[in-house]
Amino acid sequence: MTQSLKLPLRLIALAFVTVVLQEAVVSQISVFGVSADLTPLVVMSVGLLCGSMAGAIMGFGTGLFVDLVLVQTLGVTSLLYIAVGYWPGRLRELRDPAHGLVPLAMGAAATAFAGIGMALIQFLLGVDSPVSLLLAQQLVVTILLNTLLSLPVYGLVRRVLRPVLPEDPHRRRRRGYATGGLSPLQRPSERLGPVPRSTAR
Amino acid sequence: MRDKQVRRRRAVLGLLVAVSVVLLTAYFRESPNSPLHTVQRGIVEVLSPIQSGASKALKPVRDVAGWFSDTFQAKTQRDQLQKEVQALHSELATAQRAVVENRQLTKQVGLDNSIGVDAYHPVAAYVIGRDPTLWYATIEVDKGSADGVRVEDPVIGDGGLVGKISTVAPTVAVVTLITDHSMAVAAQLQDRGGDTGVLVPAVGNPDQLLLQDLPRTAAAQAGQEVVTTGFKYSQLESLYPPGIPIGQVSNANRDALANDGQVQVNPSVDLRHLDAVQILTSPHAGGQRAQVP
Repeated sequence: MTQSLKLPLRLIALAFVTVVLQEAVVSQISVFGVSADLTPLVVMSVGLLCGSMAGAIMGFGTGLFVDLVLVQTLGVTSLLYIAVGYWPGRLRELRDPAHGLVPLAMGAAATAFAGIGMALIQFLLGVDSPVSLLLAQQLVVTILLNTLLSLPVYGLVRRVLRPVLPEDPHRRRRRGYATGGLSPLQRPSERLGPVPRSTAR
Repeated sequence: MRDKQVRRRRAVLGLLVAVSVVLLTAYFRESPNSPLHTVQRGIVEVLSPIQSGASKALKPVRDVAGWFSDTFQAKTQRDQLQKEVQALHSELATAQRAVVENRQLTKQVGLDNSIGVDAYHPVAAYVIGRDPTLWYATIEVDKGSADGVRVEDPVIGDGGLVGKISTVAPTVAVVTLITDHSMAVAAQLQDRGGDTGVLVPAVGNPDQLLLQDLPRTAAAQAGQEVVTTGFKYSQLESLYPPGIPIGQVSNANRDALANDGQVQVNPSVDLRHLDAVQILTSPHAGGQRAQVP
């Protein structure tokens, strides 16, 4: 199997296992009256590890799969998860955050975005359930629960994807420290090859 | 090179958003027998054995997590139940007298009161999936049209009404719970007058129900049972058989009753912890119905 196919295949398998586990197990475990939702955390982790394009595609695929499996309105979850995967990817591409707690903050943001976004779309589609204090409380508890789970989920996703990642952020950073910020391939002297004698002084 | 990457990224993002919006719009406008719904049911059908297997294999994990969660609530519930037992003992004596009286009266009017859930041909099913969001109160069960399950069949579990079947595939079905915003059940208060109303989910509170359209003079009290009425009016017949417990009155505020004709009801069934349910595949098998005058 070529290297270029390994990452998409792992992402498909990851989305499949996540959705099945979420529906069959995690959704049926209630903590303080709510259940954790692993799907936005996995999509966010993929965005942080693989970049914006892979994150957005993973978000679309996972969301569509969730809508299909739960017999919900198609397109709602996929629309939200595109952003959940895309923005962590952009953060990685633009800032390359090194702090170990970044997945924690991104997990909270991803869950909040998915929860509030779902509420907004449901209102637009005409679901008769105005905002109440209880719904707001449940959203806050879900965000807290997911925030606690975001680090282990990110760690697991990284473990699954690391062998096929073209560039693992942690590995790249470690290499950066050892070589003064550049990989050997990027050093001008090595890229250009040996200097010709005629021009050497 | 960089411009090309940016253009490609934007194109992919735009494409994904566009596909999502098109799917959303198409699905929302389509009827339940349209191609998108059919494809969705097909995929659910294919995935149901995997979901069912995962659900059964990982039940111990759920049980362990549930045990911790339940232990927190157990102490509070014990104290509350002890008080309830004391109150129920005194009610029992009154109720036993009423049962004897009821038996005699039933014989007199010639009603067959022996009918139980078995008469409605229940099909036992395991819960294999659950929606994690608050917006869709649905569960998936491992029985479908191959077992005689049809859309609109009532679903009971844990001694009370759970909901009704909303989608059916050959080996899997989706149950819409009574706490879903789309549900409304004709229900009867077990008070002296047997007042009837319509049970709907409380807006913004998915764990609470409201019994509406009650007579302003209804003698509703906290703790009273609420059951299905199973009405029949000409060709119009309730989806649910009569007498299935739905919940207990939790708050019978006199002002709310006088002004809005409604009381709050707590569901009898713990809808968050359902493992197995029964689908009543012949809900109109019983001959006994509350007749609407």
